[in-house]
Amino acid sequence: MERRDFIKLTGAGVGGLMLPITGNMVSAAQLLEKPMDVAMKKQLADVALNAAKSVGATYADARIGRYLNQFITTREKVVNNVVNTESAGIGIRVIANGTWGFASTSIMTPDSIAKTAKQAVAIAKANSKFQTEPVKLAPVKSYGEVSWKTPIVKNAFEIPIKEKADMLLEVNNAAMSNGASYITSIFFLVNEQKYFASTEGSYIDQDVHRLWAPFFASAVGESGFKQRTSLGNPVGMGFEYLDGKKEDKIYIDGANIGYHNSYDMVEDAKNAGKQLQKKLKAKSVKPGKYDLVLDPAHLMLTIHESVGHPLELDRVLGYEANFAGTSFATLDKWKSKKFQYGSDIVNLFADKTQLHSLGYVGYDDEGVKTKEWDLVKDGILVNYQATRDQVHMIDQNESHGCCYSQSWRDVQFQRMSNVSLKPNPKEDLSANDVIKGVDDGIYIAGRGSFSIDQQRYNFQFGGQLFYEIKNGKIVDQIEDVAYQSNTQEFWNSCAQLAGKSDYRVGGSFFDGKGQPSQVSAVSHGCPTTRFNNINVLNTKRKV
Amino acid sequence: MSIITEKEAKKLLKKVLAFSKADECECNLNGQLTGNIRYARNTVTTAGEVTDLTLAVQSTFGKKMGVATINEFDDASLEKVVRRSEELARLAPDNPEMMPNLKPQKYSKMATYFESTANVGPEFRAKAADDGITPSKKKNLVASGFLTDSHTMTAVMNTNGLFAYNVATNVSFSATIRTADGKGSGWVTRDYSDVNKMDTAKASKIAIDKSIGSVDAKEMEPGKYTVILEPAASVGLLGRLVNAMGQRAADEGRSFLSYKPKEGEKNPPKNKLGMKMFDERVSIYSDPHHPEVPTATFAGDGAAVERTEWIQNGKIVNFQNSRYWAQKTGSKYNPTAIGGNWIMEGGNESLEDMIKNTRRGILVTRLWYIRQLDPQTLLQTGLTRDGTFYIENGKIKYPVKNFRFNESPIVMLNNIEALGKPVRINGNMVPPMKVRDFTFSSLSDAV
Repeated sequence: MERRDFIKLTGAGVGGLMLPITGNMVSAAQLLEKPMDVAMKKQLADVALNAAKSVGATYADARIGRYLNQFITTREKVVNNVVNTESAGIGIRVIANGTWGFASTSIMTPDSIAKTAKQAVAIAKANSKFQTEPVKLAPVKSYGEVSWKTPIVKNAFEIPIKEKADMLLEVNNAAMSNGASYITSIFFLVNEQKYFASTEGSYIDQDVHRLWAPFFASAVGESGFKQRTSLGNPVGMGFEYLDGKKEDKIYIDGANIGYHNSYDMVEDAKNAGKQLQKKLKAKSVKPGKYDLVLDPAHLMLTIHESVGHPLELDRVLGYEANFAGTSFATLDKWKSKKFQYGSDIVNLFADKTQLHSLGYVGYDDEGVKTKEWDLVKDGILVNYQATRDQVHMIDQNESHGCCYSQSWRDVQFQRMSNVSLKPNPKEDLSANDVIKGVDDGIYIAGRGSFSIDQQRYNFQFGGQLFYEIKNGKIVDQIEDVAYQSNTQEFWNSCAQLAGKSDYRVGGSFFDGKGQPSQVSAVSHGCPTTRFNNINVLNTKRKV
Repeated sequence: MSIITEKEAKKLLKKVLAFSKADECECNLNGQLTGNIRYARNTVTTAGEVTDLTLAVQSTFGKKMGVATINEFDDASLEKVVRRSEELARLAPDNPEMMPNLKPQKYSKMATYFESTANVGPEFRAKAADDGITPSKKKNLVASGFLTDSHTMTAVMNTNGLFAYNVATNVSFSATIRTADGKGSGWVTRDYSDVNKMDTAKASKIAIDKSIGSVDAKEMEPGKYTVILEPAASVGLLGRLVNAMGQRAADEGRSFLSYKPKEGEKNPPKNKLGMKMFDERVSIYSDPHHPEVPTATFAGDGAAVERTEWIQNGKIVNFQNSRYWAQKTGSKYNPTAIGGNWIMEGGNESLEDMIKNTRRGILVTRLWYIRQLDPQTLLQTGLTRDGTFYIENGKIKYPVKNFRFNESPIVMLNNIEALGKPVRINGNMVPPMKVRDFTFSSLSDAV
């Protein structure tokens, strides 16, 4: 889902429901109803697994899901919409004749589940006549009956709607009384209650929570208008993320405030108003080569696009060729053990175990316990992200645990894990320390426009806030900045990393992939980082 | 059963409204029956069918509104969904921008349903995949693609007596075919309301030919070039322009259509309505009755929709707006039909004629990863993909490496050299167009 569609959706009443979303609206009270009893889920899952096996499946898994969302949208002084959605059902995936089959249903009777399981087997058998590479699954441990829950402090669904709406109106007021002309602010809350069972002998019950609180402010001046979006992050946390604790704030001298594990949304809105007024008067960047200092809330997206996606094994192998594309990071580069993805201080790792991240779960959607592994070590490409049916293609026998489906009704497949850049292991430098070393550069905070080619070579990124750096100091806010580079050149120009105290986790709530397209939420941690001699464009255009 | 008849829909929705205790109530019923097949690496990777029927109920008390939906249809469930929406409405704060439900409307006839498409099944889908896979294998190429067909039903009813109903069908297909060594890549897309117009073998051949023809692309310096944009290349840029034609943003000073008053100007307009912004050959409109891209003749709130001009001979003649904003500003309400389309007028020249009439230029198959850089100028960035060719003296000379572009559709529509015959693409009608001084800012190694 693109952000544009999301904004449309959150502002809509019944007419807006014409948009293709899954989920049924339910009352606020119902969202707090207890999930289905685990014993009942096990019984229904066993119906699916046994039915699939009885008609020839050599493997089967069943995912019983209850997916809850709540969004509250406000605009200036108005609460536009309060929407609760719920979607529940079962998705059954099987292997028959060496081929995958999948079917799903919202009718949760044993008869309906058995019929759906048999339909999945029939689809697998029908497709097997086209099969050229029989599915080969990496072994996985049988975990028995286990459970996992996102470590939240305050369940955001339990906070009264009025309290949440009032908070957004306070955010809007803070932006408007400090220079913004217009603002839209939103709470987007997600709770995935999912139960996984497979013929491998695992029964896994998980309760996953995510939250995103963005705002989109703009100011109109004599010369035109400017926009500034929030600098907070979507997170795998409860409402405690919005506590805005002092110890979670990082002050960049002369520029913005960065946020660790809690976010002061009102403060950020206030600053957005002031920064918008400066944007209206700021000078336009002079194009050329600059040393860039990139704030984590900005660099996370560059990591997402230039590292996370090209190192997805299904892209490398061509399964996504007709949609998102393939990858420059081909198997020969990985096999050589010499491909210099970045400079030798660049260490990029994947994981689904990082606290507060969007991808944090105990087990993935094919019952594999999650873990951390290296993708780029000391600058060299060392691994990809792969699922149970893929790892044998890179001579490994253990899945990375990065299989995901957006709902019970869609088939699970390989999705991006959290992919992060390790901080400086030698010195715990601050963001201000990194800026100090730059003579002539630009500091960029927040995510702006982003575009990258289908093999992930050539990219161009904008941002929210741009500051000119002269002789180690931020001197002025500037505008119209975008940088253009090539993935390998860019990461090889990585010159300095801040330390672990500056490491922050940002993320993307709606990462799209697949046909039919599915969304997934994923985080990227990194410290403030310096890249030397990068090509900067001026995006101001006369029309 | 996800698709029900008009008579059944009316009966069902009347029953729902009979449960309502709110000041006003509006229901939407959406049914879908869709199928798909996906293939890659010369093999089918996924295939499936989805059926769904959802009822949405919107209840209002004064300026308070609540929405709830359900996909169970026994009497108890129907009453439950009405009560839920009423409960949410009571919890919601007043929305001063809320509008009362519409009165009954008159709808013109809709021609969006084709039995041929509703009958598409697994065999047709499998053949579509095979049309790419078998010829690709013979030529040492690697095929990937996706076909999806849909049969949908929409009904709207409210307590004012408004009732609207429609069924529609659509089928869309795309294929990416690459050489085994990854040095060439070709792509094609087709979409229709009537599947009888779909020829997946012929379409796949275009992707095959482009993949072979794009091998060993040469580097050209980035810069300003005359380009021939195939409809699949310009649809993304044009779509962003059409989507940015909202009245409220324009009136609030936050759009490329906001009017900047001249010094001392008395009673300046807020927006650029009636002003010329593009080449006079540019005309864009929406029309539910267009035979190639038919849509419903009503919007999500049940408002009747007829042909609406947006840009006529380069002038802005209408804005998209909400009922609230139209009333507040005394403007005409321009609702968007369900499955809404837009049509750009063109000429009679074919793509081949256009190439013949070009001394020096670049032929672009499609643009990829388009993102906006500045909403004031609609400046966009993105890349060419799956078939970019150099044209010299009326002929395609050789493939060229992909470019990144930084360009605005406003500039594009002021630099038109020629417009060809419009074709259907993504549910819209777009002509191939020849445009001068299109800005390519860098090269990409991607194939």
